[in-house]
Amino acid sequence: MENYSPALDSMFHALADPTRRAVLHRLGQGPASIGDLAEPYPMGLPSFLKHINTLEQSGLIATQKVGRVRTCTLNRANLAAAERWFAEQRTLWSDRYDNLDTLLTILNGDDHEA
Amino acid sequence: MKPDLPFDFDVDAPNATMTINREFAGRRQMVWDCHTQSALLNQWFAPRPLTTKTRSMEFRDGGHWHYAMIMPDGQEYWSRLDYVTIDPIDGYTALDGFSDPTGAINPDLPRATWKVSFSEAGAHTVVRTIVTFASTEDLEKVMAMGMKEGMTSTLERLDDLLEILTKPEMTS
Repeated sequence: MENYSPALDSMFHALADPTRRAVLHRLGQGPASIGDLAEPYPMGLPSFLKHINTLEQSGLIATQKVGRVRTCTLNRANLAAAERWFAEQRTLWSDRYDNLDTLLTILNGDDHEA
Repeated sequence: MKPDLPFDFDVDAPNATMTINREFAGRRQMVWDCHTQSALLNQWFAPRPLTTKTRSMEFRDGGHWHYAMIMPDGQEYWSRLDYVTIDPIDGYTALDGFSDPTGAINPDLPRATWKVSFSEAGAHTVVRTIVTFASTEDLEKVMAMGMKEGMTSTLERLDDLLEILTKPEMTS
């Protein structure tokens, strides 16, 4: 079996946290400084930096310091592998259940449920 | 057109688990029937444009559902779901697996445990499905296969994927 991702475990760990997922979502819109990324969160900067470090170690993001500002960039290639599979699973279940809605509508019509 | 029914898809990747919660506009017995009778499963289980075909089904402890999801071009993807415990109409547990057209499980690919439960929410029904692989290594194997097959590959743009999976959570 092809081992497509050398760091899947750390990527899973990175994706498991809602703050880190939100940061990835934000970086999907373009690079951002750590200061800007941290702003919406009520946690202290050291706690936020731990999340950034986790994301960087997982390979999902890269950071670069220019002057006093550290900028984060989404590493789309590394995100794609695991992300894509989960997104496809979500789509599979969502579409499947939309079919079930249709079937239930038909069955409810037969049954005349209130 | 259709009512906006709650749908949650949660990934707990380090524990190789996906949890899917969905509310349905139907009574629990009806939603249960749709999950446990092949004539009804055939009408919804495969996501469009795929269709579902049942080769055999015995809905009982130790029984199975042997089915295919069929692409518009005729390509068939066979699976077998083995029922472990059944507790009408509260829930069931089962072991899924990739199979061949005869129903023989592919021993090279990991199987996942499905724990499906049904609860009432007024006149509606909430179905919770917890899919668990034995390890993240098992999950990785299934992912690698899924990517090769590309069966469910309907989303092409990474931006769409990001939108869906990394959507910030409003609660907690």
